[in-house]
Amino acid sequence: MIIQVLLVAALLLAALYTVRGRRTALSMAIRRVFVIAFFAGGVVAVLFPELLTLTAHQVGVGRGADLVLYALCIASVFTAIGTYRRFRELEDRFVELSRALALAEHRTRGDQHLDA
Amino acid sequence: MPHHPFMATTCVVVPAYREAAVIAGVVATLVGRFGEVVVVDDGSRDATGDLAAAAGATVLRHPVNLGQGAALQTGFEYAAQQPWVTHVLTFDADGQHHVDDAVAAVELAGRTGVDLVLGSRFLEESDPVPALRRIVLRAGVVFSRWTTGLELTDTHNGLRVLSRRAIASLRLRHHGMAHASEILEVAGREGWSYREVPARVHYSDYSVAKGQSSLNAVNVLLDLAVDRIRGRAAA
Repeated sequence: MIIQVLLVAALLLAALYTVRGRRTALSMAIRRVFVIAFFAGGVVAVLFPELLTLTAHQVGVGRGADLVLYALCIASVFTAIGTYRRFRELEDRFVELSRALALAEHRTRGDQHLDA
Repeated sequence: MPHHPFMATTCVVVPAYREAAVIAGVVATLVGRFGEVVVVDDGSRDATGDLAAAAGATVLRHPVNLGQGAALQTGFEYAAQQPWVTHVLTFDADGQHHVDDAVAAVELAGRTGVDLVLGSRFLEESDPVPALRRIVLRAGVVFSRWTTGLELTDTHNGLRVLSRRAIASLRLRHHGMAHASEILEVAGREGWSYREVPARVHYSDYSVAKGQSSLNAVNVLLDLAVDRIRGRAAA
């Protein structure tokens, strides 16, 4: 069924996202497009539930609600990975900042000894 | 103790976190023998930094605790900035290492010109070596080659000597305890030449107790278990 292909592909992409990829303009654009599509799709699904059910049937899912659940799962996985990556990047920058501070402080103390 | 030519151009990097009880003693054994002793105080918030400075070490202070890997990298960057440095020696702050082993490691690095000298608790010196122990050690080396690409008898020893060339190409990204594996990974990838030297590790009550207060205890226990399996009690 189509949904199986889509879900497996999404999970493989998520696995790849965990270990690779840099933050480029393209990846930011992709993320924003997905967010907009998510909001738009959500509004449409609420206003036109028959459309949701139709879409679900097309990809081989029994109920519209199930399709929403699958989409939510995938979105959650990507969100979690994105957060993990942001934290790692933040931590790396934090370490670099602290290191620069330690080295600069040492240089300053050294200069003070020379002045004394 | 003999004074080998490369000791004067060796910078010792000692990452330290809350080692006020022993740091002065450790620094005292190193200072005067090597070109410079750099203690990286990893946000200790006790007297570690002050005591190290009083004992004659250059002290770099992290504003907060960042991890042993980050502390080492800070020391490495400092050493790389000193034009007179030819080798960097990493030495544990808790008294587990012996200065004699460090001197031998530096002497070997200088004499052979290799990029990396690693201390090993498991280098067999006594002979004859029992067949079973030889098999176990051989298996360990094969495992090491599989996981790190290097044929080592001890992949987690804090006593190392790195050449200036090695330091220049090293930028540790693991801030915590995984830096040990990262160094080996870089060594394999960059094709560094390497040798192992015997390095005794002294598990005192102090260092073992300290180990149990953090996740490092897992490593210590594993090390001890491996020691047992390999048939040698840690000295």
